[in-house]
Amino acid sequence: MAAFDRPVIKPRPVYLNLFAIRMPLPAVVSILHRASGALLFVIGIPLLLCVVQRAIASPESWAQMRAALDAPFAKLVAIALAWAFIHHLLAGIRHLLMDAHIGVELPAARQVAAVTLVLAIVLTLAIAVRLW
Amino acid sequence: MTPNRIVVGAHYGWRDWLVQRVTAVVMTLYTILILGLLLWFGGLDFAAWKAAFGNEAFRISTFVFMVALFWHAWVGVRNILMDYIKPVTLRLTLQVLVIGALIGYAGWTLQVLWGGR
Repeated sequence: MAAFDRPVIKPRPVYLNLFAIRMPLPAVVSILHRASGALLFVIGIPLLLCVVQRAIASPESWAQMRAALDAPFAKLVAIALAWAFIHHLLAGIRHLLMDAHIGVELPAARQVAAVTLVLAIVLTLAIAVRLW
Repeated sequence: MTPNRIVVGAHYGWRDWLVQRVTAVVMTLYTILILGLLLWFGGLDFAAWKAAFGNEAFRISTFVFMVALFWHAWVGVRNILMDYIKPVTLRLTLQVLVIGALIGYAGWTLQVLWGGR
Protein backbone atom coordinates (compact mmCIF):
# COMPACT_ATOMS: atom_id res chain seq x y z
CA MET A 1 0.00 0.00 0.00
CA ALA A 2 1.28 3.39 -0.97
CA ALA A 3 2.47 5.70 1.71
CA PHE A 4 0.03 8.33 2.93
CA ASP A 5 0.43 11.40 0.69
CA ARG A 6 1.39 14.35 2.78
CA PRO A 7 0.58 17.75 1.34
CA VAL A 8 3.76 19.53 0.33
CA ILE A 9 4.27 22.54 2.55
CA LYS A 10 4.84 25.58 0.37
CA PRO A 11 6.66 28.67 1.60
CA ARG A 12 4.21 31.36 2.69
CA PRO A 13 3.26 34.05 1.99
CA VAL A 14 2.95 33.61 -1.75
CA TYR A 15 3.13 36.70 -3.93
CA LEU A 16 1.53 36.29 -7.29
CA ASN A 17 3.31 38.12 -10.06
CA LEU A 18 0.60 38.64 -12.65
CA PHE A 19 3.23 38.91 -15.38
CA ALA A 20 4.99 35.68 -14.38
CA ILE A 21 2.09 33.33 -13.81
CA ARG A 22 0.12 31.80 -16.64
CA MET A 23 -3.46 32.91 -16.22
CA PRO A 24 -6.15 30.37 -17.14
CA LEU A 25 -8.58 31.56 -19.82
CA PRO A 26 -11.50 32.24 -17.44
CA ALA A 27 -9.14 34.46 -15.40
CA VAL A 28 -8.23 36.44 -18.51
CA VAL A 29 -11.91 36.97 -19.37
CA SER A 30 -12.58 37.94 -15.75
CA ILE A 31 -9.82 40.55 -15.44
CA LEU A 32 -10.79 41.99 -18.84
CA HIS A 33 -14.40 42.19 -17.59
CA ARG A 34 -13.14 44.37 -14.78
CA ALA A 35 -10.80 46.42 -16.96
CA SER A 36 -13.47 47.02 -19.61
CA GLY A 37 -15.92 48.08 -16.89
CA ALA A 38 -13.41 50.58 -15.52
CA LEU A 39 -12.79 51.94 -19.03
CA LEU A 40 -16.53 52.31 -19.66
CA PHE A 41 -16.92 54.20 -16.38
CA VAL A 42 -13.94 56.53 -16.75
CA ILE A 43 -14.22 57.34 -20.48
CA GLY A 44 -17.41 55.72 -21.76
CA ILE A 45 -20.08 57.44 -19.66
CA PRO A 46 -18.87 61.07 -20.00
CA LEU A 47 -18.11 60.59 -23.71
CA LEU A 48 -21.54 59.01 -24.32
CA LEU A 49 -23.31 61.95 -22.66
CA CYS A 50 -21.11 64.45 -24.48
CA VAL A 51 -21.66 62.89 -27.93
CA VAL A 52 -25.43 62.40 -27.49
CA GLN A 53 -25.83 65.98 -26.26
CA ARG A 54 -23.90 67.45 -29.18
CA ALA A 55 -25.49 65.16 -31.74
CA ILE A 56 -29.03 66.06 -30.70
CA ALA A 57 -28.55 69.83 -30.46
CA SER A 58 -28.84 70.74 -34.15
CA PRO A 59 -28.22 69.34 -37.66
CA GLU A 60 -24.94 71.29 -37.69
CA SER A 61 -23.64 69.78 -34.44
CA TRP A 62 -24.82 66.34 -35.65
CA ALA A 63 -22.71 66.78 -38.80
CA GLN A 64 -19.85 67.99 -36.60
CA MET A 65 -20.05 64.76 -34.56
CA ARG A 66 -20.08 62.64 -37.73
CA ALA A 67 -17.07 64.55 -39.03
CA ALA A 68 -15.24 64.17 -35.71
CA LEU A 69 -15.49 60.40 -36.14
CA ASP A 70 -13.39 60.68 -39.31
CA ALA A 71 -10.25 61.39 -37.28
CA PRO A 72 -8.12 58.24 -36.84
CA PHE A 73 -7.72 58.86 -33.09
CA ALA A 74 -11.49 59.19 -32.65
CA LYS A 75 -11.93 55.92 -34.52
CA LEU A 76 -9.42 54.19 -32.25
CA VAL A 77 -11.25 55.47 -29.15
CA ALA A 78 -14.59 54.37 -30.61
CA ILE A 79 -13.22 50.90 -31.41
CA ALA A 80 -11.65 50.55 -27.95
CA LEU A 81 -14.95 51.51 -26.29
CA ALA A 82 -16.89 49.21 -28.63
CA TRP A 83 -14.65 46.34 -27.57
CA ALA A 84 -15.03 47.29 -23.88
CA PHE A 85 -18.82 47.39 -24.22
CA ILE A 86 -19.11 44.11 -26.15
CA HIS A 87 -16.65 42.22 -23.95
CA HIS A 88 -18.31 43.53 -20.79
CA LEU A 89 -21.76 42.56 -22.11
CA LEU A 90 -20.69 39.04 -23.17
CA ALA A 91 -18.70 38.44 -19.99
CA GLY A 92 -21.78 39.61 -18.04
CA ILE A 93 -23.97 37.09 -19.87
CA ARG A 94 -21.30 34.49 -18.98
CA HIS A 95 -21.75 35.48 -15.33
CA LEU A 96 -25.52 35.04 -15.55
CA LEU A 97 -25.01 31.60 -17.12
CA MET A 98 -22.69 30.65 -14.26
CA ASP A 99 -25.32 31.90 -11.79
CA ALA A 100 -27.65 29.40 -13.43
CA HIS A 101 -24.92 26.72 -13.01
CA ILE A 102 -24.35 26.56 -16.76
CA GLY A 103 -20.74 26.10 -17.85
CA VAL A 104 -19.22 25.75 -14.40
CA GLU A 105 -17.30 22.52 -14.95
CA LEU A 106 -13.73 23.09 -16.07
CA PRO A 107 -13.93 22.07 -19.77
CA ALA A 108 -17.21 23.95 -20.27
CA ALA A 109 -15.87 26.94 -18.33
CA ARG A 110 -12.85 27.09 -20.61
CA GLN A 111 -15.04 26.85 -23.70
CA VAL A 112 -17.42 29.59 -22.55
CA ALA A 113 -14.44 31.81 -21.66
CA ALA A 114 -12.89 31.23 -25.10
CA VAL A 115 -16.17 31.98 -26.87
CA THR A 116 -16.57 35.19 -24.84
CA LEU A 117 -13.05 36.36 -25.58
CA VAL A 118 -13.08 35.50 -29.30
CA LEU A 119 -16.64 36.65 -30.04
CA ALA A 120 -15.95 40.06 -28.47
CA ILE A 121 -12.83 40.45 -30.64
CA VAL A 122 -14.61 39.28 -33.81
CA LEU A 123 -17.58 41.63 -33.29
CA THR A 124 -15.21 44.51 -32.52
CA LEU A 125 -13.24 43.77 -35.70
CA ALA A 126 -16.50 43.79 -37.67
CA ILE A 127 -17.29 47.24 -36.26
CA ALA A 128 -13.73 48.39 -36.90
CA VAL A 129 -13.93 47.32 -40.55
CA ARG A 130 -17.24 49.18 -41.02
CA LEU A 131 -15.87 52.25 -39.27
CA TRP A 132 -12.71 52.32 -41.35
CA MET B 1 -27.03 29.48 12.22
CA THR B 2 -27.76 32.18 9.73
CA PRO B 3 -31.28 33.53 9.76
CA ASN B 4 -33.44 32.86 6.75
CA ARG B 5 -32.68 35.81 4.51
CA ILE B 6 -34.76 37.06 1.62
CA VAL B 7 -33.50 38.49 -1.65
CA VAL B 8 -35.63 41.62 -1.43
CA GLY B 9 -34.30 42.47 2.02
CA ALA B 10 -31.81 45.24 2.66
CA HIS B 11 -28.06 45.17 3.47
CA TYR B 12 -27.41 41.49 3.11
CA GLY B 13 -24.81 41.79 0.34
CA TRP B 14 -27.38 39.90 -1.68
CA ARG B 15 -28.80 43.27 -2.57
CA ASP B 16 -25.78 44.51 -4.55
CA TRP B 17 -25.35 41.10 -6.16
CA LEU B 18 -28.97 41.26 -7.33
CA VAL B 19 -28.78 44.95 -8.31
CA GLN B 20 -25.79 44.21 -10.54
CA ARG B 21 -27.73 41.52 -12.38
CA VAL B 22 -31.08 43.30 -12.66
CA THR B 23 -29.44 46.50 -13.96
CA ALA B 24 -27.40 44.38 -16.39
CA VAL B 25 -30.56 42.79 -17.78
CA VAL B 26 -32.24 46.21 -18.09
CA MET B 27 -29.24 47.55 -20.03
CA THR B 28 -29.14 44.45 -22.25
CA LEU B 29 -32.82 44.88 -23.14
CA TYR B 30 -32.24 48.54 -24.01
CA THR B 31 -29.22 47.57 -26.13
CA ILE B 32 -31.39 45.06 -28.02
CA LEU B 33 -34.00 47.81 -28.51
CA ILE B 34 -31.38 50.17 -29.97
CA LEU B 35 -29.94 47.48 -32.26
CA GLY B 36 -33.48 46.61 -33.37
CA LEU B 37 -34.27 50.25 -34.15
CA LEU B 38 -31.00 50.64 -36.07
CA LEU B 39 -31.74 47.54 -38.15
CA TRP B 40 -35.39 48.53 -38.64
CA PHE B 41 -34.54 52.01 -39.93
CA GLY B 42 -31.41 50.78 -41.71
CA GLY B 43 -28.96 53.23 -40.16
CA LEU B 44 -29.11 56.59 -38.52
CA ASP B 45 -29.47 60.13 -39.80
CA PHE B 46 -30.23 63.31 -37.92
CA ALA B 47 -33.96 63.20 -38.69
CA ALA B 48 -34.34 59.66 -37.27
CA TRP B 49 -32.14 60.54 -34.30
CA LYS B 50 -34.19 63.67 -33.55
CA ALA B 51 -37.46 61.76 -34.00
CA ALA B 52 -36.31 59.06 -31.57
CA PHE B 53 -35.46 61.60 -28.88
CA GLY B 54 -38.71 63.45 -29.61
CA ASN B 55 -40.59 60.36 -28.48
CA GLU B 56 -41.49 60.44 -24.77
CA ALA B 57 -41.42 56.63 -24.41
CA PHE B 58 -37.91 56.54 -25.93
CA ARG B 59 -36.72 59.31 -23.60
CA ILE B 60 -38.10 57.50 -20.55
CA SER B 61 -36.56 54.19 -21.71
CA THR B 62 -33.24 55.96 -22.18
CA PHE B 63 -33.52 57.47 -18.71
CA VAL B 64 -34.21 54.04 -17.18
CA PHE B 65 -31.16 52.69 -19.04
CA MET B 66 -28.96 55.51 -17.76
CA VAL B 67 -30.10 55.07 -14.14
CA ALA B 68 -29.41 51.32 -14.45
CA LEU B 69 -25.99 52.21 -15.89
CA PHE B 70 -25.11 54.58 -13.03
CA TRP B 71 -26.27 52.15 -10.35
CA HIS B 72 -24.38 49.28 -12.03
CA ALA B 73 -21.27 51.48 -12.34
CA TRP B 74 -21.44 52.32 -8.63
CA VAL B 75 -21.54 48.66 -7.55
CA GLY B 76 -18.74 47.74 -9.97
CA VAL B 77 -16.42 50.65 -9.25
CA ARG B 78 -16.91 50.23 -5.51
CA ASN B 79 -15.91 46.57 -5.84
CA ILE B 80 -12.75 47.61 -7.67
CA LEU B 81 -11.95 50.22 -5.00
CA MET B 82 -12.57 47.68 -2.21
CA ASP B 83 -10.11 45.29 -3.86
CA TYR B 84 -7.25 47.63 -4.66
CA ILE B 85 -7.48 50.68 -2.37
CA LYS B 86 -6.72 49.71 1.21
CA PRO B 87 -6.29 53.01 3.13
CA VAL B 88 -9.74 53.94 4.43
CA THR B 89 -9.36 57.70 3.87
CA LEU B 90 -8.31 57.33 0.25
CA ARG B 91 -10.97 54.73 -0.47
CA LEU B 92 -13.70 56.87 1.08
CA THR B 93 -12.50 59.93 -0.85
CA LEU B 94 -12.56 58.03 -4.15
CA GLN B 95 -15.98 56.56 -3.35
CA VAL B 96 -17.38 60.01 -2.63
CA LEU B 97 -15.88 61.30 -5.89
CA VAL B 98 -17.46 58.42 -7.82
CA ILE B 99 -20.87 59.05 -6.22
CA GLY B 100 -20.53 62.76 -6.96
CA ALA B 101 -19.64 62.06 -10.58
CA LEU B 102 -22.56 59.66 -11.02
CA ILE B 103 -25.06 62.12 -9.51
CA GLY B 104 -23.63 64.79 -11.81
CA TYR B 105 -24.01 62.47 -14.79
CA ALA B 106 -27.64 61.82 -13.78
CA GLY B 107 -28.29 65.57 -13.84
CA TRP B 108 -26.52 65.83 -17.19
CA THR B 109 -28.74 63.00 -18.50
CA LEU B 110 -31.89 64.89 -17.44
CA GLN B 111 -30.51 68.01 -19.14
CA VAL B 112 -29.85 66.10 -22.38
CA LEU B 113 -33.23 64.32 -22.39
CA TRP B 114 -35.59 67.03 -21.18
CA GLY B 115 -33.53 70.23 -21.02
CA GLY B 116 -34.41 71.42 -24.50
CA ARG B 117 -38.10 71.74 -23.78
